[in-house]
Amino acid sequence: METPFEPKIVAFVCNWCTYAGADLTGTSRIKYATNVRIVRFPCTGRIDYNLLLKAFAQGADGVIVSGCHPNDCHYTSGNFHARRRWIVFRQMMEYMGVDMRRVKFAWVSAAEGAKWAEVVNSAVADIRELGPSEAFRSMTRDVA
Amino acid sequence: MLSTDERRAMHALHQKAKELLESGKAKVIIGYGNGTGDKARPVFVRSVNEIQQLVWDQRCRQNLAVYLFKPEIKKMGTPAIVATPVVVRSIVQLIAERQIKSSGLITLTVEDSAVMELADDASLEAYVASHPVLFPPHVNKEIDSLAAMPVEKRFAFWQEELSRCFKCYACRSSCPLCYCDRCITECNQPQWVDVAPHALGNFEWHINRAMHLAGRCVQCGSCNIACPVGIPISLLTIEATRIVEREFGQYAGTQCNAPAALSSFRVEDKETFIL
Amino acid sequence: MNQYSLSHENLLKFLAALGTSGKTVYAPQRKGEKLFFEPVEDVRAVVFDYVQTTESPKKLLFPKYQKLISFDLAEGELHVKDHATTAVPERVLFGCRPCDASALQRLADFFARDISDTFVAQRQKALTVIGMSCIKTDADCFCTSAGTSPGDSTGSDILLTPIESGRYFVECLTEKGNALAASNKEFFEQSTPVDKERYLPKIEKTFSHEEIARKLAGAFGNEIWENASLRCIGCGACAFVCPMCSCFDIQDEGSYKNGDRVRCWDSCAFSLFTQHTSGHNPRPIQSDRWRQRVMHKFSYQPQQYDLLGCVGCGRCSRACPADMNLKEQLQDIAARVEVV
Repeated sequence: METPFEPKIVAFVCNWCTYAGADLTGTSRIKYATNVRIVRFPCTGRIDYNLLLKAFAQGADGVIVSGCHPNDCHYTSGNFHARRRWIVFRQMMEYMGVDMRRVKFAWVSAAEGAKWAEVVNSAVADIRELGPSEAFRSMTRDVA
Repeated sequence: MLSTDERRAMHALHQKAKELLESGKAKVIIGYGNGTGDKARPVFVRSVNEIQQLVWDQRCRQNLAVYLFKPEIKKMGTPAIVATPVVVRSIVQLIAERQIKSSGLITLTVEDSAVMELADDASLEAYVASHPVLFPPHVNKEIDSLAAMPVEKRFAFWQEELSRCFKCYACRSSCPLCYCDRCITECNQPQWVDVAPHALGNFEWHINRAMHLAGRCVQCGSCNIACPVGIPISLLTIEATRIVEREFGQYAGTQCNAPAALSSFRVEDKETFIL
Repeated sequence: MNQYSLSHENLLKFLAALGTSGKTVYAPQRKGEKLFFEPVEDVRAVVFDYVQTTESPKKLLFPKYQKLISFDLAEGELHVKDHATTAVPERVLFGCRPCDASALQRLADFFARDISDTFVAQRQKALTVIGMSCIKTDADCFCTSAGTSPGDSTGSDILLTPIESGRYFVECLTEKGNALAASNKEFFEQSTPVDKERYLPKIEKTFSHEEIARKLAGAFGNEIWENASLRCIGCGACAFVCPMCSCFDIQDEGSYKNGDRVRCWDSCAFSLFTQHTSGHNPRPIQSDRWRQRVMHKFSYQPQQYDLLGCVGCGRCSRACPADMNLKEQLQDIAARVEVV
């Protein structure tokens, strides 16, 4: 029997809000999908879009990027810079033919344990429906 | 055959070049000359008896601002640069990015058979304001038709086009806004962009270049002309810069004192996709 | 050497037959406005009326990207694959010009020197070259100054020369060529003797490469290089479209779990080509790199390997975004550099 497709999702999150929020999800004993691997950053402003590309290139089917709400950034303005970058990056990726429904951007604060579970669960459900990420799988390092 | 206007313009250009070189105001004129066959080529006139090399007609399309950074040319002294509207926009953008100062060069524009000297930020900005981006209509059509395609078709289109890329970086070398001494492709700790020209390496390179030019590309089309294998490269960088125009209302190459679009922000920046 | 006559109609049938015989046939085809050597799927897409393609056929011996070694660490077991052991498919290159066929021969010879490069040697062995003599040239061609000519048979296994409209004179020059014609003999007809030269364009020599080599021997410190290269923007277009440029980079890609050691094209025009780990760069400005390009092809290679590094195909000049025009530059050197 074929094992059903379970998406591999990488989450790039900021330390002060979303990472703490994810901790809260755990301590609140809220169950949520286990498909996600969390990578901790000091701030969303530190997240280079190349890291998202690397995640996809190395087999991720989806990516979550999450941090503090605007005006709540631990470093004051990191998430404002990130927001600008995401606005442009999303449209550029779509323009080059990558389905950006595979990338979820969210603001999840340290108090939003339930929201984190929701973000992850909806991401997993959406990406399970989209199937394995073919675009990056087809862009292999084989002869071009 | 040159039109009367073109001939008058060339004559005015020669006069201006002579005046600048004789007075010592400029040490080199960066302009266009006759090239192979029906091409124009960049020329660097340093003495009055070379002035006849300078031409001015519709062949003059390559973005000459790229030469402002070449060490062999910088050491010659103050340059005067024969500037098409896109070159003026490049210069304004370079001033905004603190790479050059308007006092460090003389920008020459040719209009109605007369040559103007744009010597300061204000006159450069005024020129750009009166010469809006005029891209050939087919380019807008191409970008629109790409945007209208379903995402898989767009992916197939770009994969097919980029499959011819062999990482010669002619696109980068011909662009005045790609002036980094060490490009992201030349960083191997970590290797952000795979060096090799396979599908992944080509995708990584081109999306990085587009992102790095977002809000900075002045839409001159030189990268398109430069690509030896005919990839419509400028369709990527122009779209990146237009995303910035649409979303943030910032237009590359229009103001000498403008914040860089992707290293600044407004608290009111709007988006619809963040959960 | 066997000679035949071939009609254009039969040529198309011959190409179609080759395609079904288990070999991949590469021939000039259009992509947008430019011409590339691509695998033939439909012979009607093959282009015959052109001077030169955009990309050279060197990719059939020396591709832009090649895996050398791959490794895979799965469940604690290491598997290593040496790609030199991978079988190379049989291929036919159709329609390359005599300059390209010469270049392929010179390139293969260069890679065979000293320690023979297995990858190139394997590909040359598996490749049959069907050249097509030129009947027209353009202002960028200068093959006769670079040791070859519009009907040169060097490097071709079979050389076709268009004679009257719709007909070709066929020369089978090697065992490979003879074998290919023999196994497809239904398409070839007897030929009466043909004076090939009558049909070939005349290209006047614009410089003597032997004289250029003599002049370059003492020209390292000459002031000509700086002015000559002012408009060069330092991209790799010339090196990559050139059928003889052979510089490459070796990269290790992947992760600790799996990866490849690969080889890809590199260009001496790039600013970091000679960058040392210490930070020193012996060729820091473009004029140093332009000098290197010219001297490598016209002085160092002839001197060290008795090999001229250029066949005058003109691709570099056509591709150059800054209109450097190699032919013009060499004429300039011939006129202005004195033998020291």
